[in-house]
Amino acid sequence: MRAEEMKLTGYRRPDGRFGVRNYVVVIPVDDLSNAAAEAVAHNIRGTMALPHPYGRLQFGEDLELTFRTLAGTGRNPNIAAAIVIGIEPNWTDRIVTEIAKTRKPVAGFSIERAGDLKTIEAASRKAKEFVQYASEIQREPFAVKQLTMSTKCGESDTTSGLASNPTVGRTFERLTDAGATLIFGETTEVTGGEDLIMQQCATPEIAAQFKAAFDDYQNLVTSQGVDLLGSQPTEGNIRGGLTTIEEKAMGNIQKAGRCKIMDFLKPAEEPRKPGLSFMDSSSAAAEMVTLCAAAGSVVHFFPTGQGNVIGNPIIPVIKLSANPLTVATMSEHIDIDLTGILRMEMNLDQAADATLAMLERTINGRLTAAEVLRHNEFVLTKLYRSA
Amino acid sequence: MKHSILMHEPDDDVGVAIEDLKAGTEVGAVTLEGKPVGTVKLINDVPLGHKVALRDIANGKDVIEYGRAIGMAAQAAPRGSHVHTHNLKSKRWKV
Repeated sequence: MRAEEMKLTGYRRPDGRFGVRNYVVVIPVDDLSNAAAEAVAHNIRGTMALPHPYGRLQFGEDLELTFRTLAGTGRNPNIAAAIVIGIEPNWTDRIVTEIAKTRKPVAGFSIERAGDLKTIEAASRKAKEFVQYASEIQREPFAVKQLTMSTKCGESDTTSGLASNPTVGRTFERLTDAGATLIFGETTEVTGGEDLIMQQCATPEIAAQFKAAFDDYQNLVTSQGVDLLGSQPTEGNIRGGLTTIEEKAMGNIQKAGRCKIMDFLKPAEEPRKPGLSFMDSSSAAAEMVTLCAAAGSVVHFFPTGQGNVIGNPIIPVIKLSANPLTVATMSEHIDIDLTGILRMEMNLDQAADATLAMLERTINGRLTAAEVLRHNEFVLTKLYRSA
Repeated sequence: MKHSILMHEPDDDVGVAIEDLKAGTEVGAVTLEGKPVGTVKLINDVPLGHKVALRDIANGKDVIEYGRAIGMAAQAAPRGSHVHTHNLKSKRWKV
């Protein structure tokens, strides 16, 4: 199956991008505003609050990343409209302004000089308008070249490197051929395969940008007088048979297939061009998927070996697994069963066919396992201590 | 013989058990492309997903999987033995 053969429908947003879900979100700017955001979501059917623990006394690149992630979340095409609530108006407006550039409905509210209750009332009235606006938007056909999606694996084991990650790689090759925009990353998790990533970069400049971010992180780790052994591979990876970071990296990078890496992105930065981009990012599942969603990914492939159960509040996360024990004991979490690859009953092309078929159904509205099970992990990446 | 071990490359030092394997049994290995790579008699029990040495690996030698070194043998791993954290160490992140 070629990726162009998928018949996709989605929600056209005013900036021309297409969403595959149609949410109204209530975004708190900071930890203090979680209570008001959750109260609005409680009052108004069809809204979803995205509480998080940060947004105060951050500075520099760390603050910029928090702004980019919160604004990017509101900008994501799966979002029809957004309410932003902060403790004071200035930072609230910064996020509202970024979301407003997509021309979708957005409104900001601040709590100081009003209190929670008046803020909740005003924000709830606006949220009601937004939900009724969103409820009338119809799905319409869109082309795969208008799709932006992402991948990241988790609780990987040797079956990930043998089967589920190469399946994503083969599927990504077909999607790039069709002009889709794709994101992957996990900066430390390519340790031992970083030379292969550099070879896959389309230009020496992109390779140099990747290598600089890679070296930065390696230097950060050694400057702490530690290494990542004990964290990478994780205990789950080791239980599943992965022994070293080099082995894990070789499995990880299978997800890129033979796609050329066309660009290097900062965390939560929106892709500038079609094809595969490498995004500087953590390998912690919820952090990475949150960054991908903030960069505009509307759907995510998540291959797992031992059974990571992650989801995301605003984008469907499609789980693939080839581990027969995981598929048998955690079947409610798995969307695509790839165990046939290990038994040689399914080859990678057949696996990619099954994956594209599930991608098409998911884009067109089928809820993923993670969506049904209410896995709504929304986790900001914190770069360093706050002031 | 039905395969019980999958290999990334035919010349790799190790392959992956695709089911729980018992010491003393003789099992077949194939590559992902379906190319048979012979059989091996297991010295240890090897759980699903864990690696088996397909040749004698000397202490201190690179261990090859995916056609590349994935680390170094921290003790000798004879053909048919379980290869994991007890006898294979990363060559990276040495402080």
